Amino acid sequence: MTPGEPLIRWDWLLSHAGEIGQRVGEHLELTLIAVAVGFLIAFLLSLAALRVPRLYGPISWTTGILYTIPSLALFALLIPYTGLSLLTAEIGLVSYTLLILIRNIVAGVRGVPAEVREAARGMGYTDRQILWRVELPLALAVIFAGIRIATITTIGLVTVTALIGQGGMGYFILLGIQLFFSTALIVGALGSVILAVLADGSLVLVQRALTPWTHTP
Amino acid sequence: MKALGDLVHWLTDPANWQGSHGIPVRVFEHIELSAISVILALLIAMPIALYLGHTGRAGFIAINVANVGRALPSLALLAFGLVIAISLGLGLGFWPTVFALVPLAIPPILTNAYVAVREVDRDIVEAARGMGLSEGQILRSIEVPLGLPLMLGGIRTAAVNVVATATLGALVAGGALGRFIVDGLALQEYDQLMAGALLVALLAVATEVSFAALERATVPAGMRAIR
Repeated sequence: MTPGEPLIRWDWLLSHAGEIGQRVGEHLELTLIAVAVGFLIAFLLSLAALRVPRLYGPISWTTGILYTIPSLALFALLIPYTGLSLLTAEIGLVSYTLLILIRNIVAGVRGVPAEVREAARGMGYTDRQILWRVELPLALAVIFAGIRIATITTIGLVTVTALIGQGGMGYFILLGIQLFFSTALIVGALGSVILAVLADGSLVLVQRALTPWTHTP
Repeated sequence: MKALGDLVHWLTDPANWQGSHGIPVRVFEHIELSAISVILALLIAMPIALYLGHTGRAGFIAINVANVGRALPSLALLAFGLVIAISLGLGLGFWPTVFALVPLAIPPILTNAYVAVREVDRDIVEAARGMGLSEGQILRSIEVPLGLPLMLGGIRTAAVNVVATATLGALVAGGALGRFIVDGLALQEYDQLMAGALLVALLAVATEVSFAALERATVPAGMRAIR
């Protein structure tokens, strides 16, 4: 952006390869913790909503509000209490996965055809067995679609956590903005997009391995 | 709890409600920035979506644009916006943020408008064609009115995302409500930080709620009974 400066300085890329690798690791770690913790919470809330349908309204309303609050604002509201920490970043990141995950888990289970459920009941399955052996396996494809969206969204949001001292690839974007240095900008922005694409691709492969019946070989 | 007290104190301090750095000016800047970005995105996305939806062409692309859009992190868009604005000589602040917000808003608008037109019952469209309506008339008086709630759903997603992300404009020397957050972070003034965060959150929720109301209001009278 400074005149005469190339858009990408390859020598900078090479000399910072180690740091880039380290930030990629950080980015993936922040994402993995958020999606894993988010899934655990979403799963428990979904089970509650499936058992007591009256709860689904309030749960989806609350997570909807959380999802609407801008990420930077949510981090900012937490800072006086949890500081510029990993915890602050993860509370925000986890909050954003909940709506997507709960929607898909509940929709997936509710989408199981009634006659399948009836057949299982007729074969003597208990409610618990129906949930774990019939409904959840059949809902896996829809649940996985939710996990994919949550993961992609989280990878994008992780860049924002650079503002509170975390951030993975977001660190390079901030560095680029502060120094007017396009190489760092592009490394951070493109790096984050590439991570999202790769993560999505890997999740598709995992999903295929887990649900062999959804596709013909 | 002290943080909450400071927050209330900051919000009720008359000094923060006056002048070019006051709350009303920042709120206005935020809405202005968001509105211009959404309108630009509409001008780009709607003609494409209506054309593709009406002709049924390129459905795969129109639908997958949204998925690609989701993978673009807002901070990365801001970075690209900055590179573009600087190389066009448009400076810092407003334009880099607009360049980041428009591509953020296009995917949900495009995909929803495309799906909205496609989902209109083909029998109705055929009937209209049989009655001698031109293609333009079919689009104007059948497909758009019937698809309007769904289209507004896409605009709502776009608008809420834009209002949320406009906050980041303060990182590239922009105004708007992000200013309070970014300055509060830099100066470690937690009252200012939290006040900015609260105002942005309220604005985002207000955007969501108003568009939801608008969506319900635009369901054509004839469609309400069967919903």
